[in-house]
Amino acid sequence: MSNLSSSWSVTEPSNLSKWVAGIVVVAYTVITLLPLVWIISTGFKSGPDSISYPPKVLFEPSLEGYVNLFTTRTRVAAEEFQALPPPETWYDQIVRDQGMVIAGPSRFGERFLNSVIIGFGSTALSILLGTLAAYAFSRFKVPLKDDLLFFILSTRMMPPIAVAIPIYLMYRELGLSDTHLGMILLYTAVNISLAVWLLKGFIDEIPREYEEAALIDGYTRFQAFRKVVLPQAATGIASTAIFCLIFAWNEYAFAVLLTSGTAQTAPPFIPTIIGVGGQDWPAVAAGATLFLLPVMIFTILLRKHLLRGITFGAVRK
Amino acid sequence: MTQTPIDRLARATPPSLSRKVRGLSDRAIAWIFVAPTIFLLLAINIFPLIWTVRLSFTNYAANKPNAEVKWVGLRNYERVLTDDGIWANMTTTAHFLIWTIVFQVVIGFTLAWLINRKFKGNDLLTTLIVLPMMLSPAVVGNFWTFLYQPQIGLINYVVELITGTPASSFSMLGPGGLAPWSIVIVDTWMWTPFVMLICLAGLRSIPDYIYEAAEIDRASKWRQFWTITVPMVLPFLMLAVLFRGIENFKMFDMVALLTGGGPGNETLLTSIDLKREAFEKWRTGYSSAYAIILFVTVFGLASIYVKALNKVKER
Repeated sequence: MSNLSSSWSVTEPSNLSKWVAGIVVVAYTVITLLPLVWIISTGFKSGPDSISYPPKVLFEPSLEGYVNLFTTRTRVAAEEFQALPPPETWYDQIVRDQGMVIAGPSRFGERFLNSVIIGFGSTALSILLGTLAAYAFSRFKVPLKDDLLFFILSTRMMPPIAVAIPIYLMYRELGLSDTHLGMILLYTAVNISLAVWLLKGFIDEIPREYEEAALIDGYTRFQAFRKVVLPQAATGIASTAIFCLIFAWNEYAFAVLLTSGTAQTAPPFIPTIIGVGGQDWPAVAAGATLFLLPVMIFTILLRKHLLRGITFGAVRK
Repeated sequence: MTQTPIDRLARATPPSLSRKVRGLSDRAIAWIFVAPTIFLLLAINIFPLIWTVRLSFTNYAANKPNAEVKWVGLRNYERVLTDDGIWANMTTTAHFLIWTIVFQVVIGFTLAWLINRKFKGNDLLTTLIVLPMMLSPAVVGNFWTFLYQPQIGLINYVVELITGTPASSFSMLGPGGLAPWSIVIVDTWMWTPFVMLICLAGLRSIPDYIYEAAEIDRASKWRQFWTITVPMVLPFLMLAVLFRGIENFKMFDMVALLTGGGPGNETLLTSIDLKREAFEKWRTGYSSAYAIILFVTVFGLASIYVKALNKVKER
């Protein structure tokens, strides 16, 4: 679109208006990123620094938050503390400086791993099922096609808590409560409507002539799908996958209601990280940083597909 | 090509059968492709929905699975609809919905309009602005309680710097009536980028020649804005509002962790109240009726809205 307007076009904004617009947008960007910068910087503050007033912008970096995130600690009696052998490692030292000793590892690692397993598992399943369904919706006369698409979209209007009531009962009966499989199936069911919707749009854009040519060349329908349509739809599939992954990664309501021990993901876990007298903010911030940073990096690296996918999914109708 | 188990299986089957399988009719392929999705949706969307409807006519309580289940007819619906608390929650939700939409539309459209000046670096800035909406609302909502702390929080400090109001004299999440605005602020921070992106798509869909023609007709910039830009972006903007409306009607995670509905019931959105009824008080039958009423409300409002949207599009 931008190549239509050239610098001498009457529709090209003046340099002054560009400058003003640029300054306003930069100002907004700085303000909107401040909470994120604050999360990352709090992760590197010591406990006292994190709660000092006025808030510290410059501080001596500390790994206390990260050490506390990955460990559980106990306080021991003063004379016992004196009698302890000198700390063996740098993280022992950091805990000792807080007047405590390491009691064991925390569950953050497990929770993070659960997020990875459930996120990638449900994304793979959503894409597999979604691509097949989207192809059928795009190319064949499926009875009730329009109703079905509308139905698929209307399932997103249900508040997650409302869905969670029967799912909770059903999973209890089937033994799927607090399992990876249960969460993968659930997130797939939530994601699949959007996945089919987005993918159908991408597949609609691939000219039918390609497949027809392949069919004439003696390919079966399935071969034509695999060897002609799939490669053409690869970018669309990739951007759909990102959306599914981000949803599963960020989801909280189902996770907090349906998981407690083995399959709990990171979002319900991070807010429960507590220290002495309330939340241990440097540890919470450290956990949040490790959890949010992959998504931020992803967003910046894949911005073209992602931004296109957001508008495409919403605008096409 | 690597050998997949399917390939091996294909070679092992007799030619006649394999031809039958591989040369499936389009109709059969269509059904095979759609069936798993339909099955999953039936199992995890439709079946539970029907179950919710069934439960809503009973006095079932999920924490007492062995208690006798009684059929209570429409009593649950009657009790939900005559409960004053629920109407108060609906009002709280409406307040949240309306103000988040107003702020997000105004700021989102303005940003899109500015970014559309195509100054240098606008695509990088767009990406950075979009970051908050990609992040986990639960994790971020939880961290905002820290930013909102009256004694040590960043927000109160910044307010003190700018306005001179002492930081410890007000509490964004505590009593004093600020909490409903605090959740509006966080939601606006997170989701303005979404409205911005949709508006940007709308602005970029306006062909340059329309402005060129207006320029030839000597239409002022002001007039061009109101007679070309706004009407052409409106369908996009309305769509963004629809999505935000549905999402915020369902809002749970961010607010659950930011205020949990408090202080008192000041930010008790319907979803948070529903969670309390269903998973803390374990009134399963009652909360099923509550859930159905919420669903019908969103569905009804969305349908009316979509009709209006289609009228705007046709113009």
